[in-house]
Amino acid sequence: MDALTIVNLSYIVAAILFIFGIKMLGKADTAKRGNLVSAVGMLLAVIVTLLSKGLSYPLVIGGLAMGGAVGFVAAKRVQMTGMPELVALFNGFGGLASLLVGLAEYYRAKMSNNLLESVLIDELSSFTATVIVLAILIGGITFTGSIYAWGKLSGKLGGRALTFTGQKAFNALLALGIIAAGILFSSSPANELAHAVLITVLILSLLLGIFAVMPIGGGDMPVVISLLNSCSGLAACAAGFVINNNVLVVAGCLVGASGLILTVIMCKAMNRTLINVLVSGFGATTQANGAKSTGELKPISPEDAYYILEAAKSVIIIPGYGMAVAQAQHAVKELGTLLEENDCEVRFAIHPVAGRMPGHMNVLLAEADVPYEQLAEMDDVNPMIEMVDVAIVIGANDVVNPAAGNDETSPIYGMPIIEAHKAKTTFCLKRGKGAGFSGLENQLFTAPKTRMIYGDAKATVTSMIAQFKES
Amino acid sequence: MELILLLFVFVLAAFLGFELIAKVPSQLHTPLMSGSNAISGITVVGAILAANTSSSGLSAWLGFAAIVLATINVVGGYMVTDRMLAMFKKKVK
Repeated sequence: MDALTIVNLSYIVAAILFIFGIKMLGKADTAKRGNLVSAVGMLLAVIVTLLSKGLSYPLVIGGLAMGGAVGFVAAKRVQMTGMPELVALFNGFGGLASLLVGLAEYYRAKMSNNLLESVLIDELSSFTATVIVLAILIGGITFTGSIYAWGKLSGKLGGRALTFTGQKAFNALLALGIIAAGILFSSSPANELAHAVLITVLILSLLLGIFAVMPIGGGDMPVVISLLNSCSGLAACAAGFVINNNVLVVAGCLVGASGLILTVIMCKAMNRTLINVLVSGFGATTQANGAKSTGELKPISPEDAYYILEAAKSVIIIPGYGMAVAQAQHAVKELGTLLEENDCEVRFAIHPVAGRMPGHMNVLLAEADVPYEQLAEMDDVNPMIEMVDVAIVIGANDVVNPAAGNDETSPIYGMPIIEAHKAKTTFCLKRGKGAGFSGLENQLFTAPKTRMIYGDAKATVTSMIAQFKES
Repeated sequence: MELILLLFVFVLAAFLGFELIAKVPSQLHTPLMSGSNAISGITVVGAILAANTSSSGLSAWLGFAAIVLATINVVGGYMVTDRMLAMFKKKVK
């Protein structure tokens, strides 16, 4: 067997390991091993690639060492609450890497063209040119889109949706420009203007990434994050076509497809279509829509809340992004334990799109060591919520807004929610009186059985814990 | 012909990807996402090949940058996923 066969066979083994890895990641008891299996696949793919002829080892080893060190430190340091930002950031890097691979391949072909003018056209077939455009396009959108999402999630850019007049037209224009330039480049990649055209594609794609994520509000972030994840896979896949490499195509495509499924699951959880999420500018324009609620807000102190909790026999805790912001997950878990010791049944109801990425609340509660049995999904909680003494909403907003069920003018009408308003009493922990992240007014806050507890969620929960401990 | 084969592989992999995670419990959504995010760092293989001695200076440096970025994606992605799953594990005991 020659070296190339060994490399290719190893790529097949790596692909198999990825497939098993993803499969195992989907089940609770094998997930950790699955991640390891796919990591072994990656290691194998990288090692056999290092055996290829003619690599410039100083660059390769240096690059691997640098990237590895940065990734290592970032992964060790990150707080669980900072996870959505980090995933977005990694995603962006992956996209940019695929873009660069496409670009590097173009320059390589271009240079060899200049040296040997006789192979001018052959070196870069139309197909290769097309996939180079795709790698740059998808990689570029993934990169700037993820970086912008990272900025939003980490609060550096403000989480709200940003819209301006003619935004949709502008985005459509960008997309058209990319398509036109892409076709121009692919049809005559050896043209002297081709380089300028390709750079145009690059710049427009980077712009489109930013402007596509800009109008998307914080509440829709789970969709965006999983969509960008899917895109980074497709970018790797396109890069695989550029350099004719099967393992890139397979692995990239697997990620692209599974990311797309996850995106669709997130959209379903909000009863919206993907197109709707991407173009609606949810959050910025919705203040005018939706009926204003008329009731008044009824605040109570954590002390008074304690007396009600102390008497409660069943409690449901509904966490949202606010819990992540306040880093309140450990305090919430402690409150749960104290309530249980007080002969109260405690459950955590988790909405599929609570937080800023798919499964965000599960990660935080797992970090705080909340027992698995206490976690409940929306569909299990809703049928019995009328029997619940107290529902505690911690920093969640849209996912408990009754308007989704009864107000047809509301932009979130039709979205499945956790019906916290049907519990005997509902506490809403909230930082201040303003509208939530999405900018929507929440009917739950003014419902007759709702009591508002204002303040930092962590401080509020901690003071309830203190009350429990004193008695 | 080789390209047709690659396209063939692409289509099959797409269907496989859809099938693989059709039913995943929501608590595993985040690890699944960050785990597959790490896999998308496979582009590091392409990046290594791009940093070829036959490449011009520019291509080689682009390849180098791609190696760094993709490796951050790979190493960081697998490690955070492992950290998260370790937390899930504790609860089961």
